[in-house]
Amino acid sequence: MSERTYLRDGPDLTGAALHDKLARTCGDRPGFWGWAASVDHKSIGRRYLVTAFVFLALGGVLALAMRLQLSGPQKALIGPDRYNQIFTMHGTTMMFLFAVPVMDAVAIYLLPLMLGTRNLAFPRLNAFSWWMYVAGGSMLWIAFVLNAGPDAGWFSYVPLAGPEFSPGKRVDFWAQMVTFTEVAALAVAVSITATILKARAPGMTLARMPVFAWSMLVVSLMVIFSMPSIALTSAMLMADRMVGTQFFNPYEYGDALLWQHLFWFFGHPEVYIIFLPATGFVSEIVQAFTGRQVFGHTAVVLSLVATGLLAFGLWVHHMFATGLPRMGYAFYTAASMAVAVPSGIQIFCWIATIWTGRPRYRLPMLWVVGFIVTFVAGGLTGVMLASVPLDLQVHDTYFVVAHFHYVLIGGAVFPLLGAVVYWFPKFTGRMMDERWGKLAFWIALPAFHLTFFPMHYLGIMGMPRRVYTYPAGMGWDTLNLISSIGAFLFAGGVMVFVGNALWSLKRGEAAPADPWTAHGLEWTTSSPPAPYNFAHIPVVTSATPLWDPERPVTRGLRVEDREVLLTTVFEARPDLREPSPMPTLWPMIAALATTVLFVCSIFTPWAIVIGSVPVGVALIAWFWPKDRGPEGEPVVD
Amino acid sequence: MASTAPSPQPNFALDLEPLETHAFGNRSLTWWGIVAFFLIEGTAFALAIAAYFFLMSWDHAWPPPPLNPPDLLAGTLFTIVILLSEIPNTLIKWAAEKYELPRVRGLLVLMSLIGLVLLVVRAFEFNSLNVFWYQNAYGSAIWMLLVLHTTHIVTDWVDTLVLAALMFTPHGTEGRRFVDCSENAVYWRFVWLCWLPIYALIYWLPRLVN
Repeated sequence: MSERTYLRDGPDLTGAALHDKLARTCGDRPGFWGWAASVDHKSIGRRYLVTAFVFLALGGVLALAMRLQLSGPQKALIGPDRYNQIFTMHGTTMMFLFAVPVMDAVAIYLLPLMLGTRNLAFPRLNAFSWWMYVAGGSMLWIAFVLNAGPDAGWFSYVPLAGPEFSPGKRVDFWAQMVTFTEVAALAVAVSITATILKARAPGMTLARMPVFAWSMLVVSLMVIFSMPSIALTSAMLMADRMVGTQFFNPYEYGDALLWQHLFWFFGHPEVYIIFLPATGFVSEIVQAFTGRQVFGHTAVVLSLVATGLLAFGLWVHHMFATGLPRMGYAFYTAASMAVAVPSGIQIFCWIATIWTGRPRYRLPMLWVVGFIVTFVAGGLTGVMLASVPLDLQVHDTYFVVAHFHYVLIGGAVFPLLGAVVYWFPKFTGRMMDERWGKLAFWIALPAFHLTFFPMHYLGIMGMPRRVYTYPAGMGWDTLNLISSIGAFLFAGGVMVFVGNALWSLKRGEAAPADPWTAHGLEWTTSSPPAPYNFAHIPVVTSATPLWDPERPVTRGLRVEDREVLLTTVFEARPDLREPSPMPTLWPMIAALATTVLFVCSIFTPWAIVIGSVPVGVALIAWFWPKDRGPEGEPVVD
Repeated sequence: MASTAPSPQPNFALDLEPLETHAFGNRSLTWWGIVAFFLIEGTAFALAIAAYFFLMSWDHAWPPPPLNPPDLLAGTLFTIVILLSEIPNTLIKWAAEKYELPRVRGLLVLMSLIGLVLLVVRAFEFNSLNVFWYQNAYGSAIWMLLVLHTTHIVTDWVDTLVLAALMFTPHGTEGRRFVDCSENAVYWRFVWLCWLPIYALIYWLPRLVN
């Protein structure tokens, strides 16, 4: 150890004096370059959230365009080619550019606050991920605007997406966008996993960890095990298209079904990667608004883990129509039905929490109720679809479209909107307006059902998905018109929600640190939190630390250098003080170099060889240790 | 912005000052980052291997006639060299954990040279596969495995070069850099462990199934 003494927080340095020093150490410089170099999880979480909502709006506009086209038979608003691009872009945008990143956004912003630490682990990796995400999303949308948007559906089945039936570059833009978003999602997953396991506040054992953190731990591990599959298979698709490999070509011993297996090995866990964070939101909201710990805390956590495990055992239920051995049908039906069990356990635990607590039906709770009603309906059609005869009957029809919008919008977007209201004060320092919020809810919930419920009937009546129009006289006209009216009303509800958020951002009531008398550590920080999150790192003695009579803290972290506390994995005993990275532009530069490589490799494979040089240079500069000046603490002399 | 102290005089329950500022193994954050990358890359390899078996499982010869299985020399030589490289690799790990800077420097230079030798042998391996990637799915599958593993070798080789250079600068005296050397050695173990099943699939399975 050095003989030099360093300034540390403690009884001699607390309150305003500590705030000034920590704000200088942990704050970002003003202006564009300060923003671009930021590695603060709050700055990156906020921009992730805004970006995801921009993509939601873009995907939503495409949905409205489709509903307009389908509002009556033989409408000529959109031609077949454009329609193919639109439904592909809608699905791709919503899944890859909205649903996964938006959950990451909330986690990036909130997890360090919930866990009682100053930043995420690997904060530069986190910054890098946002740049990759924006670059990939922008590339896809620029391609679409230039009439080179992908048009083979969001799961891009071969042989349709292969070199023979999809010449040109449309599918390559899709495949490369996948690469961008996989890199981004994997980077965030690594960062989140390490933070949850190693950077929790002292005393926050795994059993006392917030349920949302549990959900993100499970989700991050799912990302780590599932996303390599889509990265691998989209690379194989690009190789088939560009350098003539034969992975999916049955005439040269390839197999088109290999694509479906590898896609759905990612694609099915993906659904739970979107859904499980939402269940984490619901658990947190239900606890805060019933004034008690979630009923069956252990059962809820085990259900999250069970869902995560089962999610890897049911991808083949997307492939029932391809023909399978009998044993395959039986196994994947059973597995698909089994996953309803942990989801059901969670639902019953939330209902029991509300039943036995003192519920306050504030706005976030309304969204939770909307979620339970809608998700249960979507879950039931999911159990129906697990049955092979029914699945074969309604395969590729609007019944499936209805099912997955119920589980994805009802199961993920409704809790997300509740979460936005609940944590809005922690993001912005202001409360969202309750009356406008209720108006948005009471428009959006019925409008959602008006839009998607008729699709069950349309599917059973035989209307296939992904058709750009349909002839009159099929009996589909009225239901389609109702669905289209519902879609526009639903969009209106969402716009009221967004308008309320924007208005509240400027004019909303100023929020105290803990406006809801909630239970989690994030509510001990000011609204919005200071750059350093916690002046003194809290010590945790229960799963609901803010409801405890005592709020002990630690002392002794460095004040003039960025330092984070690492704790042990299970018991969260204090273990190490590690330096945390300073702001840097290298993640942005590395992302730019990677973007050039990825985009150019759509046009020539040599870009991978040549483009890897600037990427390598940027990564080396990133990893090269930065001189921390006299404040650096020498550890070996 | 208000201070976040929960009360005017906080209740200090723990003093963190005595804690160390770096540690080896699973106490360090670096180790967890490395393990996460093992899982990501390991999953990619496992799925690539699954794809190989999926393509092999149909009712045709492997490799499809008239192709011959890859020649054994280059791949076997590569396997011997990479297995032997574990000796200096383990020595680096031990030296790093004892903060023996001169030994770490020397061994990192040796590992950089071994990486170079391996890449040269790898080039001959590509030349001994007896099939091109575009001929059929068998060729695509074994080229995929070899390209994936070559990416692995190249990235860790560059990593080792950078680390070797770093240890010759004043940064090399920092404790955290010894942690980096130790973890880089762990990563190299993963690189050669992944190679063993791939070696079997590229060179031996096509011989055994026919």
